[in-house]
Amino acid sequence: MAVLVSTTVNGDPVEFACPEDETLLDSLRNRAGLTGVKEGCGTGDCGACSITLDGRLICSCLVLGVEANGREVGTVEGLSDGSNLHPLQEQFIEHAALQCGVCTPGFLVAANALLTRNPDPDEQEIRYALAGNLCRCTGYDKIVRAVQAAAAEMRG
Amino acid sequence: MQHDTSFTDQAFKVVGTRVNRPDGVDKVTGRARYGADAFAPGQLVGLVLRSPHAHATIKSIDTSAAEALPGVKAVLTADDLPENETNKGMMDILENCMARGRALYDGHAVAAVAAIDNQTARKALKLIKVDYELLPHVTDVDAAMQPGAPIVQPTVLDRETKEPTNVSRVSEFGHGDIDAGFAEADVIVEKSYKTEQTHQGYIEPHACLASLGPDGSGEMWVTTQGHFVFRNICAALLGLDIAKLKVTASEIGGGFGGKTHVWAEPLALAMSRKCNRPVKLVMTRDEVFRATGPTCSTSVDVKIGAKKDGTITAAYAALRYQNGAFQATWGMLGAMTSFACYDLANVKTVGYDVIVNRPKVAAYRAPSAPMAAFGVESTMDLVAAEIGMDAVDFRIKNAAKEGTRASYGPTYGPIGIGPTLDAAKNHAHMKAPLGKNQGRGMACGFWFNFGGQTCTDINIGIDGSITLTVGTVDVGGSRASLSLIAAEELGVAYETIKASVADTTSLGHNDMTEGSRGTFSSGMATIFAARNTIEVLKERAAKMWDIPVEEVAWEDGEASPVGDQHSNLTPLSLKEIAAKSPNTGGPIAGHNEVVADGAGVSFASHICDVEVDPETGSTRVIRYTVIQDAGKAIHPDYVEGQFQGGAAQGIGWALNEEYIYGDDGTLQNAGFLDYRIPVCSDLPFIDTQILEIPNPNHPYGVRGVGETSIVPPLAAIGNAVSNAAGVRMTHVPMSPPRILKAIEDAS
Repeated sequence: MAVLVSTTVNGDPVEFACPEDETLLDSLRNRAGLTGVKEGCGTGDCGACSITLDGRLICSCLVLGVEANGREVGTVEGLSDGSNLHPLQEQFIEHAALQCGVCTPGFLVAANALLTRNPDPDEQEIRYALAGNLCRCTGYDKIVRAVQAAAAEMRG
Repeated sequence: MQHDTSFTDQAFKVVGTRVNRPDGVDKVTGRARYGADAFAPGQLVGLVLRSPHAHATIKSIDTSAAEALPGVKAVLTADDLPENETNKGMMDILENCMARGRALYDGHAVAAVAAIDNQTARKALKLIKVDYELLPHVTDVDAAMQPGAPIVQPTVLDRETKEPTNVSRVSEFGHGDIDAGFAEADVIVEKSYKTEQTHQGYIEPHACLASLGPDGSGEMWVTTQGHFVFRNICAALLGLDIAKLKVTASEIGGGFGGKTHVWAEPLALAMSRKCNRPVKLVMTRDEVFRATGPTCSTSVDVKIGAKKDGTITAAYAALRYQNGAFQATWGMLGAMTSFACYDLANVKTVGYDVIVNRPKVAAYRAPSAPMAAFGVESTMDLVAAEIGMDAVDFRIKNAAKEGTRASYGPTYGPIGIGPTLDAAKNHAHMKAPLGKNQGRGMACGFWFNFGGQTCTDINIGIDGSITLTVGTVDVGGSRASLSLIAAEELGVAYETIKASVADTTSLGHNDMTEGSRGTFSSGMATIFAARNTIEVLKERAAKMWDIPVEEVAWEDGEASPVGDQHSNLTPLSLKEIAAKSPNTGGPIAGHNEVVADGAGVSFASHICDVEVDPETGSTRVIRYTVIQDAGKAIHPDYVEGQFQGGAAQGIGWALNEEYIYGDDGTLQNAGFLDYRIPVCSDLPFIDTQILEIPNPNHPYGVRGVGETSIVPPLAAIGNAVSNAAGVRMTHVPMSPPRILKAIEDAS
């Protein structure tokens, strides 16, 4: 049985009907058309599907689509302000912090969640905050540097 | 047109700068489309049923209930994939895609369904009844070589006895007389090593969207390292004309060799053909682990003899590599790479390729080299200690150099092993203080690199902007590096170039992005395509000026007249020539196709510091340095990225990652929770040093850079852990239980 879900995604009202057992990840990708949210594992281990739900960082593969009803979802597609990239997005490009890029949306959402609660994290705090996001290409070196640079830029 | 590929020591304007990649904005906004991000009208969901057994005869498959389920449009078994004229020599590939009467490993595909949605497809899988009769299995490489071991492929026969065997190939390399060499040695060290099976661990699972009509025409969107090769293989397996299958490479979410093989793509195409609807097939992570990718597990014996002055007198290695359930040559490659770093008078290696009940092994970044290097480089440290010589000095004394006859046959040209070792010796890392329970290790690594078939197009727009069309999939920034090369040649700004990866109908055949060939081979084709474009630009300028083309030169992005007689003419920019092109002969374009021979061999030296907790056996990497010869770093950011990424994969392999099989032959840890790859908090910053010893066979001196970085880490960490814990580690991964046991055994 499909269930009608009314939710807010990146500030916009969104409605979709989904089966009760469908993950929010699948609903976002296949019904809301937001394919920036990636499935790397489906078990909450890789962080490629990271989003915020009412401001809290979660893996969207571990939440059902129906749970988004009446709540606020934030995805990578909502990070930039129109054509102005978010400082994290700019610094990821500037620092070559991505190779294949498939983990990048999840890292950006997770890093943004970190900088929202802690604008001046040290290296260790960055590494632990991003430990739920797997990257197989970079060895994380340039990702950590990009987050450091974005944090500095955002602090002004 | 033939072009000279020799290195010319030219000065660069844009090559070597750290520009932003052209696909950056797409990838930080979520707009980039990967394998699972394509949709077609009327698409179905494809799912695969996999064997839960390590080895079994498939007595029957009853698909009738699944076929009767409303919403199911196609059910596929091996009966739908007959042997034909075009796939005769490729039955191993087809049998790995779908079992033919025998399930050969846990996860082997036995049937597939296409249905209107995921829920229906999942239900249909449960309705398929497979009658298995279990067979004895073997998953360990040494056990598979024992007399009486269960036979995995009964048609593979021992060359001498003609009896069925799991050893599909024995390969020998070397030169000199090792017996005489060992007789000259003052010190001989002999040691055995094991390495466990790992997976490439790309974050994006395999995914494709296949659409094939009953007329044999179709298309496929797929995450792959080589869509031209995928096209050729899928067409051959299914009996299609190559030209009628259009394959588009999606953005690729990591491959590292694992996306050089077809897995479920032929199944998606076959189901699409069966029901005449597009089929989207996306693997789960469990399927990725159980049925795709992994590299070999190995068992290696190494023996090295040396004189007291540090000269190696003889070196020998026996290398046993399991290739999964099908024949392959990974053991041969291991035997070729083992001693490639050294200048040896007497050397012999024997590689054994062994079949077991595990998934078919795929390439994984410098495939086979890391395991051989673990054995050799660990033994090198032991010999150095035995003769009382510094481990780096011992390697420097024996390092291969220009003119050295490599252990696998060829004679080296200019190479970088010596320079990377000198750089390691002088690196500040070597002087960093070590604390309690900390140890330092270093190791060297080699990889062949590869060139292969490549072609590239350049088209000039009417506004002077430039389309660069390449056929090698961009796995880590190659569109940026190839745009730099095009800009360099044409003398225009980097931002003028738009690089794209063409689908298979838009460009000639290109081999896979493998063997570190992307920037080497497509770079070469881009250089020559640009030079061909310049010839056209000069002709057009000559026409505009009405002078002979011989009197036109190309410099800094503009045509200039040569000779005093033309002093009245002012240079024409590429943009000005492009604007007039409709009147001077039409579109301006350049093309090149090449078999890029002469890939330059690549060497690296890594230094690593670790801290081992003697209570828990857990190891922390506290400092890591990669020094590698790039030939020429076209885009240094992405060269460093390759160095760091390979090191991180090697660190995971060395310390934690392994396939764990149960007694029943099934994989116990097919997920990222139990197969744990390094996370951000596991690693330090990874320092890099790029050396540039030009490859004489590339105009810019480029060597491949993608693979060598995974070769030294197993041994570098092994040496560091052994120094920190005071016991020699011989089994990778050096997980906490193994380290604790080694410490206990020693005390």
